[in-house]
Amino acid sequence: MQDAIALRDLVVDRGGRRVLTGINATVPCGTVTGLLGPSGSGKTTLLRALVGVQVVTAGTVTVLGYPAGAPQLRRRIGYLTQAPSVYADLTVRENARYFAALQGRGSAQADQAVTDVGLRAAAGQLVATLSGGQRSRASLACALVGDPELLVLDEPTVGQDPVLRAELWARFHAMAAAGTTLLISSHVMDEAARCDRLLLIREGRLIANDTPAAVRAATGVDDLEEAFLRMIQAGEAGTAGQEAS
Amino acid sequence: MNPRILAATTGRILRQLRHDRRTVALLVVVPAALLTVVYYMYVDQPTPPGQPAPFDRIALVLLGFFPFIIMFLVTSIAMLRERTSGTLERLLTTPLGKLDLLFGYGIAFGLAAVVQAAVAAAVAYWLFDLDTAGSSGLVILIAAVNAVLAVALGLLCSAFARTEFQAVQFMPVVVAPQLLLCGLFVPRNEMAGWLQAVSDVLPLSYSVEALQEVGSSAEPTATMWRDLAIVAGAAVLALVLAAATLRRRSG
Repeated sequence: MQDAIALRDLVVDRGGRRVLTGINATVPCGTVTGLLGPSGSGKTTLLRALVGVQVVTAGTVTVLGYPAGAPQLRRRIGYLTQAPSVYADLTVRENARYFAALQGRGSAQADQAVTDVGLRAAAGQLVATLSGGQRSRASLACALVGDPELLVLDEPTVGQDPVLRAELWARFHAMAAAGTTLLISSHVMDEAARCDRLLLIREGRLIANDTPAAVRAATGVDDLEEAFLRMIQAGEAGTAGQEAS
Repeated sequence: MNPRILAATTGRILRQLRHDRRTVALLVVVPAALLTVVYYMYVDQPTPPGQPAPFDRIALVLLGFFPFIIMFLVTSIAMLRERTSGTLERLLTTPLGKLDLLFGYGIAFGLAAVVQAAVAAAVAYWLFDLDTAGSSGLVILIAAVNAVLAVALGLLCSAFARTEFQAVQFMPVVVAPQLLLCGLFVPRNEMAGWLQAVSDVLPLSYSVEALQEVGSSAEPTATMWRDLAIVAGAAVLALVLAAATLRRRSG
């Protein structure tokens, strides 16, 4: 299987602080990969580096065979920022149609994306009048609308009710089955189990890159949250041991 | 630049404006209301011999100045909103070119300025009997080019503002010197040499001169066209500089 994303020794500094410290990872095509970690661990910075809007200090980021940010990638990537980035003074439909037009897609595809995120009834509503959860789904519709090969989603399910969350995850898996690669960040560990693969980062370091089953097997616990805690503790014990020796 | 993306972006900005009825009302009504104040300020002032009536002289310059100041403010805030709402970051990951965005703003707000200038000019000509030797259409054209210049400067300045507080501080910096030195208060050739030199490099001086040419000549003069070309050139230069300062990657 070809890799959609390859990170090699990725180092990023932001605001005088090292946010990512030498990340090496690959993400295979056609999978749903979860990027998990506590808040402030560098998830958003990693995603920004992938879509080419983050100044990278060192290392390489390769996306679909091109360096991240290459003009060829702009038609092939959908990016959902963590805070909903849609125009509050436009309707849901107008937002979707604008982002569709940027990707060379028509209004039919825009309307389909609005329906896909469950906002058909609110399509004519100004985004400013939507609830927080609806607003982030409006933003998601604008990321889906170009039918991208790679979807980079920064916490897409925050603030959604359980039914909608389940629907969105089902949609993500359907897209992956059709060949789309999805990288989805979350700080909610119960979402980890829904992913094909997991990247766990903590304080800018990658501490796991595996399938949920392998993570469970390696730590000997069934609960992924508990498994991650053990990995973190094992990692810290390892670091402490190195420093002592 | 991509014509389809440019058109979509221009349409998007106009649609945002259309949803904001209060802004549209303010854009249209405020210049006309201010012209009314100016009219009654000068209605009893004597006309100096051999010169245009004071209201004619001032209103003509204000017709070009209102779109300049208002479009500068509107653009600075609009661009800052793109930045703070995250839409700019998202746009920069799409096929949209930087010039598509910047020219989109220039065209959309330029069109808004045409409407604004037309309403203000209609009030000045019909209600207050503004008298110019040249045509009112040229006045509106100059006002529109002025507005595009303001949009371009607003886009450029917004690159240096991180917050709304900083963005509005650029208004006195960019607008006030141009207003003071444009020739409205003191004719430019009567200023101290160094002030004249500063005035010579400020684009608004040329749009004021162009308006004064329309005021005094029945037919468009070569000086007017030259001045208009300078203002348009300054606008394009500011847009290109704005594109150069707009970075796809940030820290």
